[in-house]
Amino acid sequence: MSAVPATGTTQPRTALPSMAAVYRSRAGVELKEFFRQRESVVFTLVFPVLLLVVFGAVLDYDLGSGVTFIQYFVAGVIAAGILGASLQNMAISIATERADGTLKSLYGTPMPRSAYFVGKVVQVLAVTVLIIAILLLVGVVFYDVQLPSGADWLTFAWVTALGAAACTLLGIAVSSLARNGRSASATVTPIALVLQFISGVFFQFSQVPVWMQTVASVFPLKWMAQGLRSVFLPDALAAQEPAGTWELGRVALVLGAWCLAGLVLCVLTFRWQERGTR
Amino acid sequence: MQQDSLLPAPGGLAAVPGREPDPDAAISVRGLVKRYGASTAVDGLDLDIRRGEIFALLGPNGAGKTTTVEICEGFRDRDGGEVRVLGTDPASGGRRWKAQLGIVLQSGAGDSQLTCRELLRAQASYFPDPRDPDEVLELVGLTEKARSRGRSLSGGQRRRLDVALGIVGRPTLLFLDEPTTGFDPEARRQFWSLIRSLRDLGTTMLLTTHYLDEAEALADRVGVIARGRLAEVAVPSELGGRGRAPAVVTWTEGGARRSEATATPTAFVRDLAARFPGEVPDLAVARPTLEDVYLQMIGEDRA
Repeated sequence: MSAVPATGTTQPRTALPSMAAVYRSRAGVELKEFFRQRESVVFTLVFPVLLLVVFGAVLDYDLGSGVTFIQYFVAGVIAAGILGASLQNMAISIATERADGTLKSLYGTPMPRSAYFVGKVVQVLAVTVLIIAILLLVGVVFYDVQLPSGADWLTFAWVTALGAAACTLLGIAVSSLARNGRSASATVTPIALVLQFISGVFFQFSQVPVWMQTVASVFPLKWMAQGLRSVFLPDALAAQEPAGTWELGRVALVLGAWCLAGLVLCVLTFRWQERGTR
Repeated sequence: MQQDSLLPAPGGLAAVPGREPDPDAAISVRGLVKRYGASTAVDGLDLDIRRGEIFALLGPNGAGKTTTVEICEGFRDRDGGEVRVLGTDPASGGRRWKAQLGIVLQSGAGDSQLTCRELLRAQASYFPDPRDPDEVLELVGLTEKARSRGRSLSGGQRRRLDVALGIVGRPTLLFLDEPTTGFDPEARRQFWSLIRSLRDLGTTMLLTTHYLDEAEALADRVGVIARGRLAEVAVPSELGGRGRAPAVVTWTEGGARRSEATATPTAFVRDLAARFPGEVPDLAVARPTLEDVYLQMIGEDRA
C-alpha cells in the first residue's frame, strides 16, 4: 500500500503545472466570480447604461457645430464605465477577498502569485470591452450617437487600455486601505461619484469651476474623458477644452504616470492577509 | 505495514529535541519564538512530528496554537528559533514546497460564486499531481452538492468543502486548524473516518482542536501547548500520567455514595463483591479522561 517513506525525498513526482495553465484557470475563476454576482453586474454594467439612457432623454441640446449633448456624454460615461470596471471593481472585490480569507487560502497553495493578478486583469478587460460595446450599442440605436472613424479608433483603444491599466493598479492599491469589501465600497463609491462630477462626465468640463478643474486634473478620470472626447467629438469642439486642444500627449503622459505610481503603490502595499496577522 | 514502525513505541514517547531540527521529520521546530508587540505568543517551543502520524495540538485559546501552525504553514514570520517543514524552512518555501502541503485554515476558504466542483477544479489546477475533484467530493460526502455554489452550503458542508480543498492537491502533510467546529456529532464521526482513510493513504496530519474526544479518537500523539510552550507530548492514553493514574471505584453502600482510588481496581472490586450478597449497587470503575488530565494540566499552568 501507499505507505509513507520513512526518510526522504520531498520532491513531488511530477512537474508543477505550466504558468499558462494556471493563468487560464484563474481567468475562468475571475470571469465566473464577476458575472455570477448580481450586485457587481448591476453596479458595474447596468448603472452606466441607465445613466446614458436617463441623461440622453433629459439633456437633449445642441453643443454647437451640430453636436448633441449625448455625443459628448457618451465619451464621459464610457470613461466612468472604465473607472467602475477597473478601480471600483478591483478595490471592492480584492478588499472582500482579503477580509474573507480567499487571498490567504490562495497564498497557501502553489499557485504562482502572478496568476491572481492575471485573472483580475482578464476580468477587467472582459468587463471593460463589454461595457463599451453595450454603451455604444445603446447610444447608436436609441440616441443616434456617431461612431468614431479611422484613426479615432486607435486613440479609443490606447486611451481605454492605458486608463484601465492605471485604474486597475490604483484599485488594487486602494483595496489595501480598506478593512473589508463594504468599507472599500463606502470609500471608493463617493470618491468615484465626485470625480465623475468634476471630470466632465455629467457636465461639460468647461462649465466646471476652474478650481475643480484643477483638482480633477490630478486624477486619471479627467484625462480618460478628455481622450475619449477627442474620439467622439469633431475636432472643431477642441476649442471648448480648457487648453483649446485635445492634449492627447498629455493624456498619455498623465495616465502613464498613474500606471507607474499605481504599480509602485501595489508593490509596497499589497497584502495576502488581513492587517496585523503576520 | 511500514506505517506501524512510525507509530510511537510505549515508553519512548516524548520527542527528545536536539539542538538542530530533524530534517527527516514532517515538522521539526526548535526554540520557536513569536512576539506580538510586548506579548510573547510562542516562547521557545520545541516540536517534532513524524512522517505518517496524526498529531493533535491541544491548548486553550491564546496559548499559541494557531500562531505555531501558521508559522509552519508559511503565513507568519517568526522572531526566533528554527523551523523545518518537510525539510524546508517555511519562511523561504517556494511553489514546490507548497505543492506538498494541504492547508485547512480556521477561517475557511472564503465566499465564492463558483460551485463546489468548479472550486475544486480550480484548486487542483495549481498542483502538480492533484486528486480527481469528483473523487474528493465523494470522499467528503459532497457529491450531491457538486453543482451548488459555495455560499449556499450549510456550515458543516462548508467545512467539508474546506477539507476537500485542502486535500485535492494530494498533500504529503495536511494542516487541519479546528476542522470540525460547528459539526453535529454525526458529521464529526463521518469526518473522523475521512481523516483515518487519509492516514491510510500515508498523509501526515497536524490537527488543532478543542475537542478532546476528537484528539483521542484520531491522534497517534497529542501535544498540549500552554503559555507558548509545549507542556507535554504523549499518546492520548498516556497523557498526564493517565495510564498510571489510579482508577476510581464508586458504589453505593448504606444509602451513601462511596468512592475509592486504587491502583488495583480488579482486586478491590473482588473484595467489594464479597461484601454484597448480589450486585454491588451503582458500581462504576473509571480512569481519568483525557479531558480530566488536560484540564488539570492547563489549570496547573494557569495557577
